[in-house]
Amino acid sequence: MNTAAIQQLLHERFGSGVGPVESARLSDAVEVDPLSVDEIALFLRDQPDLAFDCLNNLSGTDRPARGKIQVTYELFSYVHRHAFVLKVDARRDRPQVKTVENVWPAANWLEREVYDLLGVVFLGHSDLRRLLLPDDWIGYPLRKDYVEAPEYHGISTVRESILALPERR
Amino acid sequence: MSLLNTVPEMVLTTKVDQLLNWTRKSSLWYMLFGLACCAIEMMQTGGPRADLDRFGMAPRATPRVSDLMIVAGTLTLKMALRTKVLYEQMPDPKYVLSMGSCSNCGGLFQLAYSVCDGVDKVIPVDVYVPGCPPRPEALTEGLMLLQKKMMQERWLVREPRPRAGAARA
Repeated sequence: MNTAAIQQLLHERFGSGVGPVESARLSDAVEVDPLSVDEIALFLRDQPDLAFDCLNNLSGTDRPARGKIQVTYELFSYVHRHAFVLKVDARRDRPQVKTVENVWPAANWLEREVYDLLGVVFLGHSDLRRLLLPDDWIGYPLRKDYVEAPEYHGISTVRESILALPERR
Repeated sequence: MSLLNTVPEMVLTTKVDQLLNWTRKSSLWYMLFGLACCAIEMMQTGGPRADLDRFGMAPRATPRVSDLMIVAGTLTLKMALRTKVLYEQMPDPKYVLSMGSCSNCGGLFQLAYSVCDGVDKVIPVDVYVPGCPPRPEALTEGLMLLQKKMMQERWLVREPRPRAGAARA
């Protein structure tokens, strides 16, 4: 089933919470409501025609111009051998997305990573801690407006360079 | 006629410093501290071709019985704190060899927010081995340099060891 057909199915089932098909260079995507993404995910997994049993990837992108943080779900079905990309826009000042951990257990660490680097709060997540950075890290480094702290536990993070690098923000 | 000549081939004369240094440099136990790709070259150096065993060197899995820490790889800020703890757990006399560009100065990743650019910001370093990663020959040369340095140590009249960061403060 292609993206347009899946979007049609989702639109019939969930109505206005499902956006139109967005064409992109690599793959088409469908944007949905961040607070109902868990129901949509369950539908995508359990509907026999769709059967998306594998969450290939879950990633986040900061888009400050739009005031949004975008979370992307890349799905694949081993049953039907088709793929689908789901997108969610969370508000940048208060990013909240429902967790899909209960649908695909693989989302546990992937959501923790997005939380770690972008600060997206996944509502209902069983263990929302930082995954890669230390627990006492301040800020979310993959946000475009992230400013590095001058030191970490007494270790200076001011990098001297013999090359004249452009001034870092 | 001196006493020495009366018992030939049974008495060796040396200095205490020299004897201690000779024993220490000839059984340098190093802590396995592979952080990135440099660790692969370190394993090669410990393997049969480069053969660190011929220097009396043996890998140890704990800092508490190690004389030498070979910091092999990219040091993140998260790991830097642990490195310091591990270094403090090593019994004196202890030595640190910084292997590769990353642990020397942050290397390729020195401008990343999570990378500590240089292990010498955290613990004092005795020998720096350049390379990305250094070949086993280079690491062997660094270790022989360290042995040379160890032979110059003085134990009867001791001087305090330099503190971390003193060189680059």
